[in-house]
Amino acid sequence: MTGYVLRRCGQAVVVVLGVTLVTFLMLHALPGNLARSIIGPRATPQQIATFDKQYGLSSPLWYQYWTFLDQLVHGNLGFSFHLSRPVTSLLAAELPRDLILGGLALILSLAIAIPVGVVQAVNRNRLGDYVGTGVGFVLYSMPVYALAIVLVQLFAITFHVFPAQAPQSSSTIGLLEHPSGLVLPVATLTLVTYAQFSRYMRSAAIETLAQDYIRTAQATGLPERLVLWRHLLRNSLISVVTLIGVSIPVIITGTLIVEQVFNFSGAGLEYYNAALTNDYPVMLGVTVVVGVVTVLGNLVADIGYALLDPRIRY
Amino acid sequence: MTGPAALPLSGGPGTGSVGTTSTDADQPGVGNSAVRLILRTFVENKLAIIGAAVIVLITAFCFIGPQVYHTDQVDPNLLSTNLGPRGSYLLGTDNNGFDILGRLMIGGQSSIEVGFAVAAIATVVGILYGAISGFFGKAVDVVLMRVVDVAFSIPLVFLFIFASRIFQPTLGLLIVLLGLVSWLVPARLVRGETLALKVREYVQAVRTMGGGSARIIFRHLIPNTMGTIVVTATFQVANAVLILATLQYLGFGLPPSEPTWGSMIANGITYLQDGYWWEVYPALVLIVLTVVAFNFIGDALQDSFQVRLRQR
Repeated sequence: MTGYVLRRCGQAVVVVLGVTLVTFLMLHALPGNLARSIIGPRATPQQIATFDKQYGLSSPLWYQYWTFLDQLVHGNLGFSFHLSRPVTSLLAAELPRDLILGGLALILSLAIAIPVGVVQAVNRNRLGDYVGTGVGFVLYSMPVYALAIVLVQLFAITFHVFPAQAPQSSSTIGLLEHPSGLVLPVATLTLVTYAQFSRYMRSAAIETLAQDYIRTAQATGLPERLVLWRHLLRNSLISVVTLIGVSIPVIITGTLIVEQVFNFSGAGLEYYNAALTNDYPVMLGVTVVVGVVTVLGNLVADIGYALLDPRIRY
Repeated sequence: MTGPAALPLSGGPGTGSVGTTSTDADQPGVGNSAVRLILRTFVENKLAIIGAAVIVLITAFCFIGPQVYHTDQVDPNLLSTNLGPRGSYLLGTDNNGFDILGRLMIGGQSSIEVGFAVAAIATVVGILYGAISGFFGKAVDVVLMRVVDVAFSIPLVFLFIFASRIFQPTLGLLIVLLGLVSWLVPARLVRGETLALKVREYVQAVRTMGGGSARIIFRHLIPNTMGTIVVTATFQVANAVLILATLQYLGFGLPPSEPTWGSMIANGITYLQDGYWWEVYPALVLIVLTVVAFNFIGDALQDSFQVRLRQR
């Protein structure tokens, strides 16, 4: 077990290094003069010289990568000349809002997917199951923005229940002060995540149902209800860990699109706006953070799974 | 199980051996039975037939439609903007006066072309990569799979938006770029199967008879992963259409001169408040129909090949 955790952590470190290498290479794939493309077309020769010196652009590439890593480790993600602001401080302001959006969606989709999956597994191949599978299928096949559009049409345009725009307050607290504006963005992201979960949850529950201990529990004469709650549902909860691991890239990509559609200020929208203005330091900063979060999330999910399920031995 | 050092990053433990081909697919000459199995799937599975019919209809709509229904999609007609559906414009016009029905036909062409082309590239690259990684194992496998892990850790949409800032996207470039990042899933799956297949007796027999690595990989390992390959390739088309639709919507797909379903939605969403539903929903329905259709086929094939895909 300890060996597994250590090996798994070692792998994660290697992959994080890989992610930083890719980002570093993306930076160098920029056309033309690096300093000019980052600072902007109106960069003075003086600024360019300072930039080149700061990033050690005259030294060999491996040394530049080393400097880049050194900066990252010290929490320096670069400086956005477009916003006149360090990328780190920008992300520090935006990430809590992403956490609220993504966290709410994750909790809600788990709360829906687990019971629905269990009910579908118990009633499999009956009408209810088919309806559930069908709904999951359509949700899974919809682009995120299409879901958002349908929700906006229904709840904001046809029936004026919720606003079509996220709260525009710049503080994190302000976000929570206008919860009605949060409903549609969170609902969109929840449905997107649920679509990923629903198929997985159903088959996981069907697999659990086929286990010997379920049959034994039924054979001892336990009421079906107790078998469901005490054995099936509890054991299905183990797959939550896996689900969270699977959902991270989905939630991150979904967040970018939801933020764009609902004008929800967060790291995703910053990335989008940075792309429109060619603000590369912001784009690369967000990419590094997103990559590291994904790697860490998967690491935690894998280790959590190994801890929770004693049948798994490495 | 494939051994701890080789566990993929996402999907949790157990995904190292994601796929198992059906048992009768172990002799050479599997190519034939795979084709038969695919045909049987279509005959027996109603959803697969519906899926295939939808795809044929949409393809005909996009490629034959413009021959029958002539519209001007180049010059804006500012005298007839935002018109609702009527006799002369069956699905109305957009804010530039372009006929929506005609634009849907042109706009769908890129989705379908990209979908198929990307699936082809992703499958070929994925098969080779996965088979090599699984067959040679050890250090080769560790290095190749870490590369896959890294690529999996950076969400596609982020990479694509960045790439679109460096290159001016064209149809060919989009296909190549999407293909280059879509091979990850097939690669992982094929690798998992190769790991399981390479210890089989017939592989050892080939080796004893003097068969080289290339022969084993191309003649024995890859044909036996056909089931997984066909299934993932189908899902790859659906995924490519979805990613493309997202990029187009965000404005990082093809240049504005080339209409696409995604860009039509992005364009029409401004007028949703005004009730101009025809500028948004027809394109939206077509995207969802296309993706659902490919997913139907993929699901049916998955059932008949008895392939288990934990992650797509």
